[in-house]
Amino acid sequence: MAEQKNKYEGGFSSDAKKDPVRVVFITKKTSAKVQGEVSSQVMSFPHLLIREAIAFMVLVIGLVCVALFWDAPLEQLANPLVTPNPAKAPWYFLGLQELLHYFPPLVAGIIIPTLVIVSLVVIPYFNINIQGKPFWSAGGKRTLWIFLAAALVLTAAFVWTRAWTVLVPTDAVVLLMLYSRRAFSRGSQEAGYLPRRPLSWWVMTWFITVAVVLTVVGTFFRGPGWSWVWPWGGHAG
Amino acid sequence: MATTSPVSGTLERLRGTRVWRSIFRRGPAQTNRTRSLAIFGSLFLHFLPVKVREKSLRIRASYYLGSVSFLLFVILAVTGVMLMFYYHPAVPDAYRDMKDLRFVVSNGVFLRNLHRLAAQLMVLAVFWHMFHVFYRGGYKPPHEFNWVVGVILLIVTLFLSYTGYLLPWDQLAFWAITVGTNILSAMPFIGKRVRFMSLGGNNVGANALLRFYVLHCVVLPLIAVLLIAVHFWRVQKDGGLTLRDENGRAEK
Repeated sequence: MAEQKNKYEGGFSSDAKKDPVRVVFITKKTSAKVQGEVSSQVMSFPHLLIREAIAFMVLVIGLVCVALFWDAPLEQLANPLVTPNPAKAPWYFLGLQELLHYFPPLVAGIIIPTLVIVSLVVIPYFNINIQGKPFWSAGGKRTLWIFLAAALVLTAAFVWTRAWTVLVPTDAVVLLMLYSRRAFSRGSQEAGYLPRRPLSWWVMTWFITVAVVLTVVGTFFRGPGWSWVWPWGGHAG
Repeated sequence: MATTSPVSGTLERLRGTRVWRSIFRRGPAQTNRTRSLAIFGSLFLHFLPVKVREKSLRIRASYYLGSVSFLLFVILAVTGVMLMFYYHPAVPDAYRDMKDLRFVVSNGVFLRNLHRLAAQLMVLAVFWHMFHVFYRGGYKPPHEFNWVVGVILLIVTLFLSYTGYLLPWDQLAFWAITVGTNILSAMPFIGKRVRFMSLGGNNVGANALLRFYVLHCVVLPLIAVLLIAVHFWRVQKDGGLTLRDENGRAEK
């Protein structure tokens, strides 16, 4: 086989004299297109369309039921002279607003969101671990030390900036990963769900956990001056 | 075909008319050939594959999150156009229109509730859709490009929701946009200019309302429709949903 630029794609040989019989290359088990058997298929019309129609009807009925009784909020006319305390962004940006409480605006408002978007975009272009090998299956002790060092740096950074609502979910995921390592080393084949997860799974889970915690805290646990309050009314000072 | 009831008899006769057959040129969808024609002979359905894997129809394969996101977008477009009939993007008329929706327009509150609820749900559905696709490995080759289109659609969804947030022109809207756009000025070198451009001034005012209105009702929906079309089309071209077998491996 000549030099292979992308091992996930087959291709025609360019020199017919050199490789007269070879028409297409299929590599190992990495191509989703050749793995496994072709499963049974049904006609989209009506099998898919009827399901879409049912989904639409259920959705509309559900929306109408809620919209009949749950009113969209409307406050006083906008007044630039009266600032509500706290002034909150829409709920899906409250995670960012919570970050702004800890980090300078350039970091929390620009750098972190840009990094998140860029990393989401480039995810599929790094063909790292495309078979989804478990994170703890590689490297042994070395993986553990690198992981612990990274966890320590993150923990130190969040303690130093007093970003507690970032620290808690981060270290929760770290502990979960260490726990899953113990289960993995006990029996790698029969290990449960968590020990078999690849690194990409852990990174995404970390991101979602932090994002959810920040959004919930920003929505329900922040009061005047972005101080900590309890949703049921108590003030934690 | 033997008619069994007056209703199906009328339907059959309707299907036989010249007008009906000029619109739906295939016959009744009783053979696989006409069922195929029903899909790829239709502008709106040709985004779908003619056949789908049985497994991809299971609830757990997708939770229909992509469909739900799209259906919410359709509901938002319909309710949004209806709301536009009652709305002036001006200060303070915008706020007065909210009051009119509440006290003057028949079912005005319901219309606004529906639009707002669907908007919140769409943000949730699109996020959930993305996370679900990620955990399924749906971003892996050959789906790379469609994943990127999806990420852009998520950003467009957030912008759609955010620009709509200002339109009621109440305290909630005004200060949410003030807080949000203040972040823009943290951008190095160009922050102040970007903020000025998006607000049409140094503060959230009548110009900002007009800009957000145009973005919300024209620019962003057009971008969304275009990208949704590409997204759907690519799902089919890239070989359908990413499924998994019992071992969690991707399967075809």
